This record gives sequence, C-alpha cells and structure tokens, in this order.
Amino acid sequence: MSPKRRIWLSGSLVALFGVLAAGCGSDYVVFHPAGPVAQSELNLIVLSTIIVGVVIVLIWVLWAYVVWRFRDTPDNKAPYWPNWNHHPLLEVFVFVFAIGALVVVAIPTVHKTYVLDRIPARHPLVIDVTSLDYKWLFQYPKQHIATVNYFYMPTNHPVLFELTARSPLSAFWAPNLGGMEYAMPNRVLPLWLEATRTGVFRGRNANFTGIDFWRMTFMVHAVPNPVFSRWVSHVQAKRHPMTRAAWLRLLRPTVTPPLQYSSYPSWTFPQRPTEFTVKGLQYVPTKKP
Amino acid sequence: MDIKLWTLHLLKVLFPPQVLLPDIVAIDIGLTVATIVIGAYLTKTRKWGWLWHEWLTTVDHKKIGIMYLIAALIMLFRGGVDALMIRSQLIAPNAHFMGAQQYDEVFTTHGTVMIFFMAMPMIFALFNATIPLMIGARDVAFPRLNAISFWLFAFGAILLNISFSIGGSPSAGWMSYPPYSELLYNPGVGENYFLLSLQIAGIGTIATGINFLVTILRMRAPGMSLSKMPIFVWASLITSSLVLFAFPPLTVALGLTMLDRVFGASFFTLGHQGMPMMYVNLFWIFGHPEVYILVMPAFGVFSEVVPTFSRKALFGYEAMVGSLLAISFLSYGTWVHHFFEMGAGPTVNVFFGLSTMLIAIPTGVKMFNWIFTMWGGRIRLTVPMLWQLAFIPTFVVGGATGIMLAAVPGDYQYHNSYFLIAHFHNVILGGTVFGVLSGMYYWWPKMFGWNLNQRQGTWAFALFVGGFWLTFMPQYFLGFEGMTRRMATYPAGLGWTALNVWSTVGAFVMGAGFVVMVYNILWSRMHPDWDTTGDPWDGRTLEWSLPSPAPEYNFARIPVVRSRDEWWSMKQEGRTDEVKTSEATVRPIHMPRNTPMPIMLAAAFFVGAIGLIFGWFWMAILGGVGVVAALAYGSFADYSEIEIDAKKVLKTEAQLGRVES
Ligand code: HEM
Ligand SMILES: [Cu+2]
Repeated sequence: MSPKRRIWLSGSLVALFGVLAAGCGSDYVVFHPAGPVAQSELNLIVLSTIIVGVVIVLIWVLWAYVVWRFRDTPDNKAPYWPNWNHHPLLEVFVFVFAIGALVVVAIPTVHKTYVLDRIPARHPLVIDVTSLDYKWLFQYPKQHIATVNYFYMPTNHPVLFELTARSPLSAFWAPNLGGMEYAMPNRVLPLWLEATRTGVFRGRNANFTGIDFWRMTFMVHAVPNPVFSRWVSHVQAKRHPMTRAAWLRLLRPTVTPPLQYSSYPSWTFPQRPTEFTVKGLQYVPTKKP
Repeated sequence: MDIKLWTLHLLKVLFPPQVLLPDIVAIDIGLTVATIVIGAYLTKTRKWGWLWHEWLTTVDHKKIGIMYLIAALIMLFRGGVDALMIRSQLIAPNAHFMGAQQYDEVFTTHGTVMIFFMAMPMIFALFNATIPLMIGARDVAFPRLNAISFWLFAFGAILLNISFSIGGSPSAGWMSYPPYSELLYNPGVGENYFLLSLQIAGIGTIATGINFLVTILRMRAPGMSLSKMPIFVWASLITSSLVLFAFPPLTVALGLTMLDRVFGASFFTLGHQGMPMMYVNLFWIFGHPEVYILVMPAFGVFSEVVPTFSRKALFGYEAMVGSLLAISFLSYGTWVHHFFEMGAGPTVNVFFGLSTMLIAIPTGVKMFNWIFTMWGGRIRLTVPMLWQLAFIPTFVVGGATGIMLAAVPGDYQYHNSYFLIAHFHNVILGGTVFGVLSGMYYWWPKMFGWNLNQRQGTWAFALFVGGFWLTFMPQYFLGFEGMTRRMATYPAGLGWTALNVWSTVGAFVMGAGFVVMVYNILWSRMHPDWDTTGDPWDGRTLEWSLPSPAPEYNFARIPVVRSRDEWWSMKQEGRTDEVKTSEATVRPIHMPRNTPMPIMLAAAFFVGAIGLIFGWFWMAILGGVGVVAALAYGSFADYSEIEIDAKKVLKTEAQLGRVES
C-alpha cells in the first residue's frame, strides 16, 4: 500500500469512527430508545440502513471502478465496445437484486406497522393531549388532573395518548419514546408509547404552526409507579382546578411555563369516542353519530 | 380629507410593518435603482424596439427556451439567497439574525421559488431549447400557446417575488396546509400571493405539458418511430403527461383555498365543517408526481450525456423507457407516504409504504443501466459529464434514504425532522439540479453558438458538489438528534450546534459555486469560444446535426430517421450530407408570426391577481375583462404565417456551408 493511500484509509477510518462515536452520544435521541416503541422503530431503522447501505456501497464501488477503468486516455487498455447495449442476464439480475433488497425491508415494515398499531394492554393509562398555540395541554381523564408542557407517566405501563388540537395542525413527537403522530383539530388520533426506564425526555411539536412553534416543547417524566401515584395525589391536593378563565388564558397564542391543575372541565376535550374506540387490543373506527 | 384617509389606508395595506424591515427597504432601493439604470440604458441605446420584437413578442421555441433559462437562473439566485439567510440564522443557537416571522417568510419563499420558479422553468428551458431539434421539427405544436405559457410563468414569478416588498410574503410553508393557511391564523395578503402566483404559473405549466405532449406525439421527423426517440424525448413526453394529470389537483386545492380566503367559503376551514384533510390529500396527489416531474427530465438528460461522453450506445434502451413509464404510473399511488402520521391506519400505511418502495425498483434499474452504459466506453470528463458522474453516487443516497422513509415505522421517527429535509434535498439537488445543470452545460453551445469555459465550469462544479455534501449529510444526523424542520432558531445544549455549523459552511461553499458559475457564463460571453461545427461534443442525436445556434426554421430539410442515434449513424455511415439542402430540394418555409397577445394576456392575469390578492374586486374584474379582451384579440388578429422564401433559405444555408453543390 502506498503511503498516500494509507493516509487516506486511516483518515476515512477515523472519520467513520467519529461518526459512530457521535452516534452514541446521548444527543442522538432516536438512537437512545427508552421504551419498546422507540426500540422497535430503531431496529427497523438499523435494518433498513444496513440494507440500503449495502446497495449504496455496491453502486459506489461499481461506479468508481467503471469511471477509472474506462477513462478516456490514449494508453487505456480496457476494451472498447461502442455497440454493447444489451445483456439480458445482467438486466434480469439487476431487477431481481433490487426486488430482493426491498423484500428484506418490506417484510419487517409490514409486520411492525401492524404491531405498533396494537396497544399491548387492556387498561392503558390514558392521557389526552391538546396542542394549543403555543403550548401542550395534557389531561388525565381517570385522574382528572391536567398539566401544561410536561407530564408524568409510570414506567413499564403502556400509555395511550389521544391527540387533538385547538391550534393549526401539530405533531406530537417524543423521540426517546417513539415516533410521532399528528394532533389535528376536529379529530382525535391515538398513539401509544411506553417507557421501560426512568428518565426525563424531551418532546416537541414537529409541525410548523406559527411564529412561536419552535418553542413548543414539553418534558416527559418517566417514573416508577409509586412515584407517579404520589405525584398525581400531590397535584390533586395542592393545585387549583382549571377554571373557565384559566382555559381561555390557555387558548391565547402565548408560550407558558409548566402548569398544573387539580381538575378540569370535561368539555375542554372533544367528546370521546368521536373517531375511534379502543376495542380489545385494536383501534376500531366508529361511525360518526 | 377623505382622500387623505384613503391614501393612508392604502399605504398601510401596501406597506405593513413586516415589509419595512431595514434589509427589505435596502433591497427595494437597490431594485428600484437597478430598474431605472436598465431602463435608461435601453432608452439610450434605443433597444426597446429590439427587446419587444426579438424577445417579448417572440414565438420561437429557441428564444423562449433562453428566456426560461435566464429567469430560472435569476430565481436560483433568489432562492439561494433565501437559503443562505436560513443557514445563517441556524449557524448558532438562539440566533436572532432574523425574527421568527421573517424566518417563516424566508423558508416559505425559498421552497416555493425553488420548486415552482427555479426547477420547473429550468426543465422547460431544456424542453424548449432541444425537443424540436431532437425530433426534427421546425417548432413546437402550438407556438403561441408556448409563449403564453412562458409569460404566465414569468408574471406568476414576478407576483411571488414582489410580495416581500409590497403587502408581505406568504409564511405558511411551500405546502401551505390549512388550517394554518386560513384567514383565522394567517391574516394579511401573503398567503393570497402564494395562491395566485402558483395558480397563474400553473395554468402555464399545464399548457406546456399539453404542448410538448402533442409536439412529441405528432411532429417527429419521418422515420422516427417511438422506439427510435432519444431518451430525453421519452422523458419529456412522460413528464408532460405527468404534468397533465398532476397539476389539476393542485389547481383545485389552490382555487378552493382562495375561495375560502377571499370569498369566505369553507372548503378547508375549521369552522362550518370544512375539511383540511382534503387539502392535504389533494396537495400530495399533486405533490408526489411533482417530484417525479422534477427528476424525470434529469434522468433524460443523463441518458443523453452518458452515451455521448462514453462514446457508446445507451445500455438497455427498452428497460430505460419501461422504467420511466413504470415510475410515472406508480408515482400516482404513493402520495400518502407524506402523512403516515395522520391516522390513516396500518393497512393504508402499509399499502402506501410498499407502493413507494416499488418505485425504487425502476429507479435502481436506471442507475445500473447508466453505469453499464459507461462500461466498455471511453469516458471524457467534460463539465456535463462531471455533473452526471456526481449524480450517480449522490442520487443513490437520496433514493436509499427514500426507502428508509418508506419503511413506515421508521418514518414515524424521521417525519418532519432534518432527516426528511436531507432526503429531499439529496434527491432534488443531486437529481434535478445536477441534471439541469448538466443539460445546461451540454446544450449551451447549441443554444447560444459559443461554449462555456470548461476549466471555470469544473471549479463551479467542484465547489457546488462539495458544498452540497457538506451541507446535507450532517442534516441526516440532525434528524436523529431530534431537530425538526422550520425551527426559527434552537436552544443550546441539545448537541445540534456543531452539525449546523458544518451545514452552514457547506451552504456558503455551494453559494460560491453558484457565483463561479455566473462568472463562468459572463466570462465565456466576453471571450466566446465559437462553436463553428455545430457538433462540439461529437454528439449522437439530431440537434447536433444543425448549426449552433440553429436558424430560425431549424431544419431546412427535414431529415429521414433510420436509427436511434441518427446523427451518430450518419457520421459512422458517411451519410452526413443528408442534412444538406440543394437548389433542387429547397422549399419555402412557413413560420408563425410574432404576437404581443401572450404577454398582454399574462399581464391581464397579473392585474386580476393583484385585485384578488388585495380584495379590490373592481381590479379583479378589470383583469378578467383584460383576459377576455386579450383572448378575443388573439382570435381575430392576423395569424397568416410568414413565408421564408426558398431563395432566402438557400442563402442562409449557404452561409452555414450546408448546401450541396
Ligand atoms: C427511490 C425513490 C424515492 C423514495 C422511495 C422516496 C420516498 C419519500 C418518502 C417516503 C417521503 C415522505 C417522508 C415524510 O414526509 O416523512 C418523501 C418525501 C419527499 N421526497 Fe422522496 N422519495 C424518493 C425519491 C424522490 C425524488 C426523486 C424526489 C424529487 C426529485 C423526492 C422529493 C421529495 C420531497 C420534496 C419530499 C418532501 C416534501 C416535503 O415534505 O416538503 N423524492 N420521499
Ligand atoms: Cu412523495
């Protein structure tokens, strides 16, 4: 190996490790799942990256080889076939190769899309999420409490988020826990997530809704069940209820600090079930009344 | 007194606070001065008549192609400046180089300009400059309609581009989803500018689609069966048919949104049972085919450039055509992949995920075929070929990340993040932009008669491609770090800063590449490298059998086509004299007459649009009357064609050395 090549090679290796090491930093939230949904999505991301990575490298190598081998220099000894324009076997091979690579990605895609649509518990904790201009409201219909811009959830317990909006189309995204779902006005969409380790995770609005949209973040506190219960009773006992006036204040287009309410009027969230019900393990759309 | 109040009110409407920012006012002053200087120059050199007769009223496809090209380059500059503003804002956390409102306006304008007013006209520039020459025709099927298309595009572009200094820019993103685009959330005229400018340009685009569809199907030289058409012509044919079916849903979506905003309808509003979701569907039924409208002409360019600069026939012609057809067909069945997260349910998501993956198969086949075309050839590293050589490794990454996005649960994590941004810039820049620039460098001598300096072109290429990789590769990783698109700024401490710095540096390197390219064009204009042969690249298709630039009537003698790479075969078989005329064979040629109708029609549309944008209905009606008047004038005006008599043709051809003795 010539010295120049060696420098190149070691340089690229360092760069590669740099990227890998960077990928292990905890800033790479997608690579640091805290629950089964994010984990399952990450597995698919890794699998598909490997498959397309193979295709990319194959094409790069072939490309580099061809460009070098058939360069137009007078002393190039490579063959010159000006009329070679068909090779049935090669054409079939390319076709089959492309299909094969895709099937490997397609099968787990189908499988996971269905699996992630089923919540693995009959009695999940339900949190109603409303996107407001420019804040997130979280309501616990069973516990009757409400919070703004942060919420607690127990670990090892699936949580069903019911998403709606009183703002333009928003998207609810807490990458450590799993992928996003839109929060749409006049509709209620389901999303389930679960935390298998404790921690505080960041979430944000992923869809542009106006000038302060980039400040619409929230914090997810995943805590052990007893801590969660204690927190709920604390909020129930120590905070004020959400009054009509407080609700109207929330509707104003402002950014607010985290807030808590010991109860809230039920009309602040759309009547359920408007768009879907949780029947057994699967979401079943209901007919409009 | 009344007049005074009224004037004040008008000033307030025309110049709300958002257009009075110091940088915008400075640009306004600069533009005004530039306009005055240009006007004075034209007056002093008495060039108004020339401008009017040679350009503004022309129906010659070659000149229209040049006008499209110039407009597209100007728009590339505009969109590029927006991009650099965006990247400057994002170079550091908590940056407030621009306010959030201005940032929103800038990214909206950037996306809209780049897709509708840069990429589309660039493609139409290539269509106009080459298609008739490649198929052996004297003009397009409907020359006047062609001019109408251009002027509608031009006035649409002007409309969007004046919004930032008069009335305010749109700020709802290039997709402009309701309900954010509703009056309730988005008062002011900016969104109306968006709707009307796209609508006007869109009418022109549909007309261009029809025009080239008919031109290619009906006007090919004798002997050029469909299976003997160059692939670029195939790509243009299929792109035109995509335009024909993809733009109407956009027209509907924009039109209904306009009714909502200007006339108080409620198609997509939150109130009165409007259905915002319907807009999202309509938009992407247009939007996904649109991305293939953008990239297929680039595929076509590469299918011309690779054989020429490898001195070798294209590998797998039938597979190339077949995959173009497959892509165009499949592209109508994938639109839901833009909103897997809107609750369609697993079965719908799986269907659209798989249909999206299917598109990768024909695309992959094409990638391999270009590589096999080079196999056994002799590769010359000219500037057009360099762009194509950069395209292969770049586009394959974009396509690959497309497959990752199509893996539905993966998309739940990538959607609306910088990963998505990286994907589509990877395919649109690596595919469309590399492609049209390759085509521009390739056909430049044919369009203008002189070639671009290759050394400077190589520099521009290297800077642009290097800058591209530096800008967009970090963005994939920003997506994994949880950064979402359209954030006006971001807090420190999330680990996003370093990658953003690289990305911004890359963007400025790309900007430098653009500057070198403009220098390249201006320098080569002043030190022209004349193309006297008409065939500077040793080309294979019919346009290279003509002198550069082609005479007004293109072909004095329409060739009879016998093979796929007809000009190459002529050269190989010593039949090149077939393109020459002689005293015995020369015939008079009929050409369409110039007409001011297209520009008048487009101007009337412009006036009407301003009326609708500001809600001045008398003006909208005036514009509508103008449109009808222009059409009526067009119907009654004198359209007898001009006859170029045989003697004159013979003389022109003799000067070009194309007369058989
Ligand atoms: C192998 C081929 C391709 C596949 C499989 C693919 C797949 C996808 C998918 C699934 C999305 C939606 C992602 C999301 O919103 O979360 C997407 C977005 C996009 N793609 Fe592709 N794509 C491919 C090629 C292209 C090409 C050739 C272009 C344009 C020349 C393109 C332009 C875009 C654009 C503009 C968007 C996003 C628009 C936006 O949200 O603003 N893609 N692509
Ligand atoms: Cu798409």
